[in-house]
Amino acid sequence: MSVVSQRDVQQVARLARLQLEEAELATLSSQVDDILTYVQQLQAVSTDHVEPTSHVITLANVVRPDQRQPCTNPEEILNIAPARHGQLVKVPKVLET
Amino acid sequence: MDYESVIGLEVHVQLATETKLFCGCPAAFGAAPTSQTCPVCLGLPGVLPVLNQRAFEWGIKAALAFDCQVASVMKFDRKQYFYPDLPKNYQISQYDQPLAHEGYLDIVVRDVQKRIGIQRIHMEEDAGKLLHDPQAPFSYVDFNRAGVPLLEIVSKPELRSPEEAYQYLIELKAVLEYLDVSTCNMEEGSLRCDANISLRPRGATQLGAKVEVKNMNSFKAVKAALECEAKRQATLLEAGQRVPQETRLWNARTELTESMRSKEEASDYRYFPEPDLVPFVIERAVIERLTNTLPELPARRRQRLAEQYGLPAYDAHVLTQHRPLAELFEQTVSQYPKPKPVANWIMGDLLAYLNAHGKEPGEVTFQPIWLIHLLQAIDDGTISGKMAKELLVQAIEQQRDPEQIIAAEGMRQIVDDGALSQLVDEVLAGHPKSLEDFRHGKQNALMFLVGQCMRRSQGKANPQQVTEILKRKLHVTAKEEH
Amino acid sequence: MSSKTPSRLTIHELRSLIDKGEVHPRELLDDLLDEIARLNPTLQAYITVDPERLRAQLAERLRQEPRGKLFGIPITVKDNLCVQGEETTCASKILKGFVPPYHATSIERLIQEGAIIIPRANMDEFAFGSSTETSAFGVTKNPWDVNRVPGGSSGGAASAVAADLAIAALGTDTGGSIRQPASFCGVVGLKPTYGRVSRYGLIAFASSLDQIGPLTKDVTDCAWVLSIIAGQDPRDSTSAPVAVPDYVGFLKQGVKGLRFGVPQEYFPTEGIDPAVRAALEEAAQVLERLGMRRTGLSLPRTPSAVATYYIVATAEASSNLARYDGVQYGYRASANGSGSLMAMYERTRAEGFGPEAKRRIILGTYVLSRGYYDAYYLKGLKVRTLIKQDFDAAWTQCDVILTPTSPSAAFRIGEKLNDPLQMYLSDIFTISANLAGIPAISIPCGLTPDGTLPIGMQLLAAPFDEARLLRVAYAYEQATEWHLRKPELRVAS
Repeated sequence: MSVVSQRDVQQVARLARLQLEEAELATLSSQVDDILTYVQQLQAVSTDHVEPTSHVITLANVVRPDQRQPCTNPEEILNIAPARHGQLVKVPKVLET
Repeated sequence: MDYESVIGLEVHVQLATETKLFCGCPAAFGAAPTSQTCPVCLGLPGVLPVLNQRAFEWGIKAALAFDCQVASVMKFDRKQYFYPDLPKNYQISQYDQPLAHEGYLDIVVRDVQKRIGIQRIHMEEDAGKLLHDPQAPFSYVDFNRAGVPLLEIVSKPELRSPEEAYQYLIELKAVLEYLDVSTCNMEEGSLRCDANISLRPRGATQLGAKVEVKNMNSFKAVKAALECEAKRQATLLEAGQRVPQETRLWNARTELTESMRSKEEASDYRYFPEPDLVPFVIERAVIERLTNTLPELPARRRQRLAEQYGLPAYDAHVLTQHRPLAELFEQTVSQYPKPKPVANWIMGDLLAYLNAHGKEPGEVTFQPIWLIHLLQAIDDGTISGKMAKELLVQAIEQQRDPEQIIAAEGMRQIVDDGALSQLVDEVLAGHPKSLEDFRHGKQNALMFLVGQCMRRSQGKANPQQVTEILKRKLHVTAKEEH
Repeated sequence: MSSKTPSRLTIHELRSLIDKGEVHPRELLDDLLDEIARLNPTLQAYITVDPERLRAQLAERLRQEPRGKLFGIPITVKDNLCVQGEETTCASKILKGFVPPYHATSIERLIQEGAIIIPRANMDEFAFGSSTETSAFGVTKNPWDVNRVPGGSSGGAASAVAADLAIAALGTDTGGSIRQPASFCGVVGLKPTYGRVSRYGLIAFASSLDQIGPLTKDVTDCAWVLSIIAGQDPRDSTSAPVAVPDYVGFLKQGVKGLRFGVPQEYFPTEGIDPAVRAALEEAAQVLERLGMRRTGLSLPRTPSAVATYYIVATAEASSNLARYDGVQYGYRASANGSGSLMAMYERTRAEGFGPEAKRRIILGTYVLSRGYYDAYYLKGLKVRTLIKQDFDAAWTQCDVILTPTSPSAAFRIGEKLNDPLQMYLSDIFTISANLAGIPAISIPCGLTPDGTLPIGMQLLAAPFDEARLLRVAYAYEQATEWHLRKPELRVAS
């Protein structure tokens, strides 16, 4: 009994902006299914009244003063961009507006 | 069917801190593109965020100013979605343990006070700015704005009309201005507003389908957009149709809301606790200290102005809507203790000038001493009320004390009876027709003649005296005729 | 004076020789570069090496005043640590050509002490792996047997140190990626306490698990490097304000009376190589002969560790990798056909990421998605608490914990690549230390019966107790000779 179907994996891939080929999808789905089946064993572990650990270190209130630090030279940033338009980074047009 | 609008507002406010929320880049508006960025706000591989202490404190102050419950522990979460202006493709925001919740804002709509609940206030980082090429299939990103600190203030859906929404925004802005934590400028984007509106039959308790409205760039636009939406939804409901739950954009040109291209994944943001930031404990002592640093907020000031200066509620309200006006009023009255005239001048001519020129009170410098001198000059007869109106404008435009302008231009008003009498005679001589008209009963001939006297004297004649003199002379003449 | 050529020496040996003028840093770098030229084509420990740039870097470093603790000494770094001005790719196509405009804090600290940085030690792509077979730029070989993996994901660094193509290295460890390759290659590898070393500049895999740590030829070198890179960093909110002890100074304090726990769950009847079991038993006896006391121990939540890890780590990874989208830097798919933004994202990521990266992104995205968060991610974080509590309880009974590093010695190249779950399960002994945030070290403790492959032992200690960990490791090392065993290197014909 599988935990995820190929369709599920395709949907997740969409969320993650990953295009998957047919062949890839089949293999990947099967592997992901195996792994998810394996991790389901955690359901059997009792965690009533157990707090989740998001941070394994007990630190709090780490802040920095509101003081300026040097900025990066714009050319350094724009030179590593795959596409630029003057002082801006260029991407294919966003269609939603 | 009588429908009731149920409106909630989400306001994003940029905090005017020196630097961004998680890095030391300047947060100021208007710099050359890509000139205010660093590896952290660009989300380069390997970077980590560190919280700006001042942004944190200002967030707490804002929460206190809105009477919220400030969290004893707050944390940050990642809100994940892909967009070119979001460098990491996640925004560091707050989900289930935000800075504050359960506050309120009191508004007045048509003399009725109403309390609008504030659901929550949280902190998050701003995204960059996306620009679209009208001619080519490209968009361009400027990352200067990425990482600027934002407060998101979410109201409860307790607003019941576009007018209430408008007043809520005015009051919200006033509170933030008083706190001096933001420039609150919708044009520059330091204050942004999205609205949610649904309709239901009046008296019903269930909520109708909610429509989110975005892309309004002024408070008036928010009001107009909500009015448009309310109408649109009512029309649909009247026709027995359902209102689709969706996001719509306000089009300022057509003055209509338009549906956005449907966003398929009703956004699964996959929130989870931000592992790169530790939790933040907000202790009682900190809350007390920050409470003591809060300035007098609009509501309290309004009350005090009314009591201390005997001003009507309306006056107190108008004066306190913008902190600079309230400051101007109090500083002026401290040396010129006639509250009502001062209030009138500020609410009348000064505000009129600002509105006519599309300026916010904070944008124009007007020193209290200028108003004091202006009013004193009227009192001692140096200038007439009418001259004072023009002088006010000149003072603003020249950024000069009216006293200096009066001296420089020799603007003394003419009050000498003899001089005025002569002036009137000259005008009467020059306008025989008007004289005729007046004799034949045309009352506005008098006003015309007064106007001519004012012109001939370059506005310096005292209009009341001129009118008196004219009336005397004209009646005399008329009497003579008869 | 050692009869070994400089590249075969340790940091502490070279420090003394350089300071006495018996070895010049230029000589050392040249020797290293010669060895790299000779052996790297076979071992592929480094993705690429640029001798001219390195010599120029040395020249610059030699002018640095005052002379630091690593003056003249080259330190190799894994390809996921940002080195300003050097291509840093995490062994992924999607970051090909990315040159960071800044140094990772650890790198800065090494440079401040006068080290020459040799970048581009090969790794599993984005540190996803236990074999260094998923690099987009070639498979690294184990110098002990070039048909076997060096372990991963810091396989390049481990292989280089073992083959004397590196004096010492910085690796990273999220689920065992320093320790397991250390054990497969017969070198020392330490994962510090979470928060001990700044993560600023470490290209993130799993933010709540990642740590940078040393891979070295012996425990003394390990203490040297750790003492330089450890310490709070204002640029990392998760770095701890805990003072850095004199790790090197404390090495020789001795271990009499210290207790070492032997957790039954790490010595199962099945699933562990008999050679590994035998080597660990011998190691335990060495520790006892040194005056330490053995205690039995149970870490009952151990069987849940792999499942917990692969939920938590992949979730964080999927989020950390979202930024690789072709917008600002790195690889961007060319726009043939649909020029839409969506297509750019989807194809860039499809073409730029390898299969393991995609697997983890899918897993991670799934466990965080609406409807599954509670059952998977939240559940994982809760079990993590239980795993940590196992260790918290353990420290009342012992000072360090002894376990094997890996259930086996190095496996063959290709052996586990097609069965991801099997690959994941081989991390069973190292993973819990990351989940609990405790320090852990792997040191050589034996060889397989035919004498061809090294076996590693792992020591665990309480948070920020690296000094004790190193002291026990040092005592063991000095009482044995495993650290002196070197692979017989044959150049491929």
